[in-house]
Amino acid sequence: MGIDINGINKFFGSFQALHDINLSLPDGQITGLLGPSGSGKTTLLRIIAGLETAEQGSIWFQGRDVTRLHVRDRRVGFVFQHYALFRHMTVARNIAFGLEVLPRKQRPGKAEIKQRVGNLLEMVQLSHLADRYPSQLSGGQKQRIALARAMAMEPEILLLDEPFGALDAQVRKDLRRWLRNLHDELNFTSVFVTHDQEEALELSDQVVVMSHGRVEQVNSPLDLYASPDSRFVFDFLGQVNVLSGTISNNRLRQGKAHLTLPEAVANGNGQIYLRPHEVRLAQAPTADAHLPVCIESISVIGAEVRIELKPQGWLADEVWEVGISHGEFNAWQPQRGDVCYAVPDVGHFFLGDEDSPRTLSWLNRMPPTGVDSPRASGM
Amino acid sequence: MTQTLAAGSLPRKKVRSVTARVLPGFGLSLGISLFFISLVLLLPMTGLVMHTAGMGWDNFWFVVTDPRVVASYKVTLWTALAASVFNCFFGLLLAWVLVRYDFVGKRLLDAIMDLPFALPTAVAGITLATLFADNGLYGQMLTAIGVKVAYTPLGIVVAMAFTSVPFVVRTVQPVLEELSPEDEEAAVSMGASDFTVFRRILFPALWPAIVTGGALSFTRSLGEFGAIIFIAGNMPYVSEVTSLMIFIRLQEYDFPAASAIAAVVMAVSLLLLLLINVWQGRYLKRLHGGA
Repeated sequence: MGIDINGINKFFGSFQALHDINLSLPDGQITGLLGPSGSGKTTLLRIIAGLETAEQGSIWFQGRDVTRLHVRDRRVGFVFQHYALFRHMTVARNIAFGLEVLPRKQRPGKAEIKQRVGNLLEMVQLSHLADRYPSQLSGGQKQRIALARAMAMEPEILLLDEPFGALDAQVRKDLRRWLRNLHDELNFTSVFVTHDQEEALELSDQVVVMSHGRVEQVNSPLDLYASPDSRFVFDFLGQVNVLSGTISNNRLRQGKAHLTLPEAVANGNGQIYLRPHEVRLAQAPTADAHLPVCIESISVIGAEVRIELKPQGWLADEVWEVGISHGEFNAWQPQRGDVCYAVPDVGHFFLGDEDSPRTLSWLNRMPPTGVDSPRASGM
Repeated sequence: MTQTLAAGSLPRKKVRSVTARVLPGFGLSLGISLFFISLVLLLPMTGLVMHTAGMGWDNFWFVVTDPRVVASYKVTLWTALAASVFNCFFGLLLAWVLVRYDFVGKRLLDAIMDLPFALPTAVAGITLATLFADNGLYGQMLTAIGVKVAYTPLGIVVAMAFTSVPFVVRTVQPVLEELSPEDEEAAVSMGASDFTVFRRILFPALWPAIVTGGALSFTRSLGEFGAIIFIAGNMPYVSEVTSLMIFIRLQEYDFPAASAIAAVVMAVSLLLLLLINVWQGRYLKRLHGGA
């Protein structure tokens, strides 16, 4: 069931929690609502479920207006952040709850309820816990039971509020994968809320980035990372290295740092945003880029070596970060305190106060002269 | 000799350091509590038992099974039961209103809730008697429909209910406040009706608090004296409560008999409170976990 959200405005007193939200969430896909706390993502999810009502706007399920429909009649599965399992019921009774409260005419027989609860427990691989009470389960188990309970009604829409927020990293990763598989198998439409960008990028088919009650960008995880629409999305999604300065004659300057831009831009203030993978490190400046940095820390994080850099003779609000491969690292053997030069390959340029970037590339320019690049020759 | 002593004391020291408590002051605080409990609770109770023990088993049995006393047990038990059952419903309703809704004067209502505790029980009794007397404000209306409250056992129920309703309100209120709205939302999102949500989600969570409040209300009613005697009419075999029987025996300077009856009331109350505590401990363990 596809979900359409039209012109939703939501106020809490005089505070406007959501500003004119228009979204279309495609049938059978997982959509992640991503944003910092207070961005209105949970409120939006609750409005979709019918747990909150919006002052303006409408919600449509597969072309059917459900705006005025009570949460009881919307037939969506909702998984709460803190699971909301009923403490005084066993796991099996928890899962059976939705079936037991159906009107008499639609309610399946006792044997069938038992059968379905058994299947659901099997689906979440927790059949052996049927007679336990929620207080006897671990966080990950509780979350899976909460999912099974929400799935008992066979809803066509599953909504999850920070589903993995309270779990530790490993369990979270396993559950994410498990949910993805479950979704691919059963093909329900799913919307989940998260403030964890990694989670959003890994689990979703489509990510909705929100801030201050507004939708910032809607895109597939890949496009979202590669081409953010705004400074906010840049900052919020992954590490970004920023150089701000003044432009004259196509050259961005700040202190001892300067960078020649590959395309003509107007004079004035400007900022260039660089993803860690869009920057190389060299032992000498290039003709275009003179960005001296000092190595502050080196950490091995899985498949790459992450190097934190402190600007030398210029300023940046946050330390720069560049990832290099283990091969490069071994060939180059950088030490803490070494000074080297950052060289951008691709960057995203914001002129003045503009909020949409222009992507610049230095790759197809003349190779810089007299540079001893530490990057492996395969590049 | 010193060698063995030192060697012997070493492991003991080690064990002590392992079991050392993180919170300081355990010995002191427990000591003071026990001392105080002994002083104000156990000592008078022991005196009571001693007094009773002095009179011999036959005499004791004779006193506590006196027909007039037995009649007072019956009256006290059923009126206390009626009052506490009424309080369970009414107290739950009051707690619900105080927690779930916002309205003008909510703070005031919350404060008024404790008035039955603050008011001298005799004042409560006189006030109730005046209100429910045949020519009183409520009494007139009730007489019109043929119900007589003042100077009947029904009056006892009213007095008991009045003096003990805060027990239920104050035990249910915090539990209700702490219930997470998510549980109800989860139930509703699965299609449960409001009544089903109350019956299957809210009530089981509130049940232990209601029972505790009800039991407190019941035991308090068993011993209530001041409020009752003004409204009960105190007719032997009809509307005499046990606490009044104790008072009557005291006025007759029959101290052993008074303490014998008092011992019976105390034993029943203690047993009831103990049973409730044990039951509640088990129920809550299931909810909150812990092996």
